[in-house]
Amino acid sequence: MSLLEITGVTRTFPGVRGGPPVRALEPTDLSLEENDFVTILGPSGCGKSTLLRIVGGLDRPTAGTVTLDGRPVTGPGRDRGMVFQSYTLFPWLTVAENIAFGPKQRGMPAAEIREIVADYIDAVGLRGFENYWPAHLSGGMQQRCAIARALANDPRVLLLDEPFGALDNQTRMLMQELLLSVWETHRKTVIFVTHDIEEAVFMASRVVTMTARPGRIKSITPVPFGHPRDYTLKSTPEFSEIRLKLTEEIRSEAIAAAKG
Amino acid sequence: MRPLTPISPRLRIALGLGFFVLFFAAWAAVTLGGLVSRTFLADPITMLQDGWYLLSERGFAEDIGITVWRVVGGFVMAAVIGVPLGIAMGAYKPIEALLEPFVSFARYLPASAFIPLLILWAGIGEMQKLLVIFIGSVFQIILMVSVIVSATRKDLVEAAYTLGAGHTGVLRRVILPAAAPEIAETLRLVLGWAWTYVIVAELIGASAGIGYMIIASQALLATGQMIFGILVIGIIGLISDTAFRLANRSLFAWRFA
Repeated sequence: MSLLEITGVTRTFPGVRGGPPVRALEPTDLSLEENDFVTILGPSGCGKSTLLRIVGGLDRPTAGTVTLDGRPVTGPGRDRGMVFQSYTLFPWLTVAENIAFGPKQRGMPAAEIREIVADYIDAVGLRGFENYWPAHLSGGMQQRCAIARALANDPRVLLLDEPFGALDNQTRMLMQELLLSVWETHRKTVIFVTHDIEEAVFMASRVVTMTARPGRIKSITPVPFGHPRDYTLKSTPEFSEIRLKLTEEIRSEAIAAAKG
Repeated sequence: MRPLTPISPRLRIALGLGFFVLFFAAWAAVTLGGLVSRTFLADPITMLQDGWYLLSERGFAEDIGITVWRVVGGFVMAAVIGVPLGIAMGAYKPIEALLEPFVSFARYLPASAFIPLLILWAGIGEMQKLLVIFIGSVFQIILMVSVIVSATRKDLVEAAYTLGAGHTGVLRRVILPAAAPEIAETLRLVLGWAWTYVIVAELIGASAGIGYMIIASQALLATGQMIFGILVIGIIGLISDTAFRLANRSLFAWRFA
């Protein structure tokens, strides 16, 4: 059995101001194995974030189930770490205290927490910034800290909701490499939601594309490149081929979405 | 002038002090120049002399002490009850549904209108003064704290849940620290209002305090003393406000990072 099973998950939002209910997500099935890195690619409003939030337990499906290690997901929990597009570091805690949030919640001894925090500070390259408040960090640094915070809690699955969406292009590319190198060392199961095709291909072992609203899985494309990967991969013909295929798939959906 | 352009700190202080100087100069001009009768408005020099007389001969320092004590006592009572209730209302919607309508109603009951009733219930002792301040402050605190807590960023709450926090963990480790600086600001504001309530309470049925001195001076037409009393309130208010502000800045340094 797979680590994470998404079975027939549907989400309908109640209509606003007497309007008809909105079907955000058609019945969706997806399963993830241990150490899978799946990116979910789709136009804005296709329900990809809704799907991720349901896996995270922050939203409930209208129908269908999500199971992790065979146990149904009924709410958020530390086995599914999450990184959001908005900056969600706790502004009153320093970098180190933010990363320590999960371990502290579990009542881990202080010495052990210090060790974990130091490890992940190194992993995301924030040494020297341990005692900074989030307000003093750039957007990229905040997201690196958010990734470290999620990983320090040792989740079974890491869920990322367009984590680099608000960053400039150069920072974004560095962050992709950083996240990949962290993944290569720590080997987590990852679901990564994005609307950036290049990012989706570069990061993933499989790219899942979704249709415009109501969202449903359109295709699943395996990405055959080995690890470690670096930015030069993006300029290979094999990479371009996959990117072109996905571009065409997404383009038609984006057009459909624009027509509403 | 270019809108929204900041000015240098020195110019800022100079302008702020400048207006005080202007105010006192205008006051001195109309009183010393004979434009206004001394019966109605004392000049600044007489006011200061009267103030010195009050402090040195009439034990006015004691009145100040009593008034400060009443303000702090009533305010602390209101904060001790109001802050936890406000947090509970903001965080838990059934509690909000239960209390919000009543508190919104009670907020508009003027504290000063309770004075005759409170005298009936509590006499003219200290408890009556404290209760006026308490009634005037507590409902404001409850409502404002509740609004602050309700406005806690949902994404931070969600992040805490995904990090394994439970409901009490979210309250303790997210909602409270996120709301704390604004709650402190609210208390600073309400403390300012408490000063107006205490004077009203002291104008009626008191035998000591700044407000009592002001009403007693009225019978003597001692406008200099009355103005001195009012100024003392202003100065104490300014000091306590500044102290509160500095305390907030150092307690919640992350807010100003």
